[in-house]
Amino acid sequence: MDFSWVASYADLLVRGAAITFLLLSISVSVGFALAILLAVAQVGAFFPLRWLSRGYCTFFRGTPLLIQLWLFYYGLGSYLPFIPGLRASFLWPILREGFFFAALALTLNFAAYQGEILRGAMASVPKGELEAARAFGMSPGKILRRIWLPRAIRIALPTFAGEVVLQLKATPIVFSVTVMDLYGAAYKIRQDTLLVYEPLILVTVFYVGLTFAITQVFQKLEKSVPSRR
Amino acid sequence: MHAGTGIPALAVRDVHKRYGAHEVLKGISLTAQKGDVVSIIGSSGSGKSTFLRCINFLEIPDQGAFQVNGEDVKFRIGHDGKCHPASWRQIERLRTGLGMVFQSFNLWPHMTIVENVIEAPVHVLGVDRKVAVEKAHGLLTKVGLYDKRDAYPAFLSGGQQQRASIARALCMDPSVMLFDEPTSALDPELVSEVLKVIRSLAEEGRTMLLVTHEMKFARDVSTRVLFLHQGQVEEDGPPDQVFGAPMSSRCKEFVGAGSH
Repeated sequence: MDFSWVASYADLLVRGAAITFLLLSISVSVGFALAILLAVAQVGAFFPLRWLSRGYCTFFRGTPLLIQLWLFYYGLGSYLPFIPGLRASFLWPILREGFFFAALALTLNFAAYQGEILRGAMASVPKGELEAARAFGMSPGKILRRIWLPRAIRIALPTFAGEVVLQLKATPIVFSVTVMDLYGAAYKIRQDTLLVYEPLILVTVFYVGLTFAITQVFQKLEKSVPSRR
Repeated sequence: MHAGTGIPALAVRDVHKRYGAHEVLKGISLTAQKGDVVSIIGSSGSGKSTFLRCINFLEIPDQGAFQVNGEDVKFRIGHDGKCHPASWRQIERLRTGLGMVFQSFNLWPHMTIVENVIEAPVHVLGVDRKVAVEKAHGLLTKVGLYDKRDAYPAFLSGGQQQRASIARALCMDPSVMLFDEPTSALDPELVSEVLKVIRSLAEEGRTMLLVTHEMKFARDVSTRVLFLHQGQVEEDGPPDQVFGAPMSSRCKEFVGAGSH
């Protein structure tokens, strides 16, 4: 085993790890916010929104993430420059990067899966608890904010933990649109040094470590409301 | 307690409710004066729970007139020919004055007991959190759960959960308490601790409607008893009459079967 290259590639590795972590954080947090909207739309009474949300979830869960990413990067990406004024705007430095399309695809994909999970969790909140909220004069919006969503999120928490880990492991796909994430860094090191295993082993350790951290955080969250099983 | 003067706490006239072809309530009326403890008895399927749930509009009656503390509930006739609340705002406001206690407690499991009790006062009535907590502590002491105030519902026995849910309803200062078979989901040995709390409320002169299968208890605490049969009031009077000398033969049969 030869790890003598680590010091000279430390910068690349750290930057790659940061990008991986950033993509994960953005897609999980923004995706989760979108998922709440998707789930609420699906349990709501307004049927155009319900169908829209259902269609969205079906599309994004029904197509491979790689294809979504490429549709955004090569498809949407090649149209953006033709939007008047966009190239001159302050947004352009963000919009021309692969990172933007990677974050977009990962976020929208994550939202579709979480929206579906959250919808199921909302449906599984016992009716009586919502009825009690109504009986005490809560408005529908208040019931959603105070009882329904908090309960559903807690019910879905163990599933979310697994989903975030899966999301982490979906991130290397972004290397295919020029984003130098951790996997990208390992790939470059392998090209440069002709070492087959060592760079992969190093990034494996990172992925495992991050997974461990994620499960720890979720365990803490789950314990914040003790329940008897 | 039977003053009969002044504005009744609750006046309900001619409530109808049907599910499909099945008419569950066939015109039930009830007036409760302040301080009345009205027990509603009857076999399963007689419509007594549905009737109670119509009073705070957890079930929307097809027809009927409702008055809470002298305020008429406004309805409009929908396209389906049935009545719908004209203003959900009004319903929500009136519900805050009708303290509901459910058969299955329905505490919110993601909140501690004291959080359950202050939830609606703080977030619906806008009571200051500190004031609400203080009040909740007092009520939890009253129902014997002060030491459980920071526990989560899952860690309480059924009897404790039901007492907590009574405290939760009381914290809204309701003008009428609605009990929907409060002891039916409890193990036999836990029934008495809940009945004790309900009895103390009756003795305070609280206005209460109580759907129950506890015949002896209903006879003891009620000022009035309604016997429902197939969606109609079959017998209505003071407990001694309904239990002791009912006019309806069905009621005679029912209380005879229930009290032994």
